[in-house]
Amino acid sequence: MSDAANESPEAAVHAFIARTITEHPVVLFMKGVPDQPRCGFSSLVVQVLDHLGVDFVGVDVLQDEALRQGVKAFSDWPTIPQLYVAGEFIGGSDIVREMFQSGELKPLLVQKGLLAEA
Amino acid sequence: MGDKRETALGQVRDSIVKKLTAAFAPSVLEVVDDSAHHQGHSGSREGGESHFTVTVVAEAFRGLGRVPRQRLVNAALAEELKGPVHALSLRVLAPDEHTGGPAPQ
Repeated sequence: MSDAANESPEAAVHAFIARTITEHPVVLFMKGVPDQPRCGFSSLVVQVLDHLGVDFVGVDVLQDEALRQGVKAFSDWPTIPQLYVAGEFIGGSDIVREMFQSGELKPLLVQKGLLAEA
Repeated sequence: MGDKRETALGQVRDSIVKKLTAAFAPSVLEVVDDSAHHQGHSGSREGGESHFTVTVVAEAFRGLGRVPRQRLVNAALAEELKGPVHALSLRVLAPDEHTGGPAPQ
């Protein structure tokens, strides 16, 4: 995950997360993969994103314990899933659900150019 | 929400109530142990008390966005989240945002 051989594992994870949320406009750190979430909270966010029709990258934190802990530290957020849009931390499943239900999530994605207005 | 009942006061639930009360002096505080709905999942424990749904209404949250609000609550419950609590579903509201009705589903 790193070019620097002497980088600490924490720094390497940090760099991986930073790069991922920079390279991809919508990133969901989740348990399992989008086609097969392994947690109800992750599944809920996948369903919301699918419903809105936005492309996103799912990163399965269960594949790597260092990543699972690292993303919590990176975001200062103790739970998974975690949604990033345009490099910005949006929240976990409660916040995504609230923003979807209140109609705030779609305009945010439209405003960032990630979803066509419809 | 009709199938959710507050279970007998467990230790973890008790601790959540105490800490949130001390931190925010909430006007409304509901702490529901959902663990029974998650039996057999990763993170569920014998004896439950691993999954909670919390509604907390307090002046302290007025004017704050969703992420800072949840961060405040998460910080107050950091010990529980590192230990027994595997999942915490939060509604964090200022007093005039709370209708008193059940959480929208």
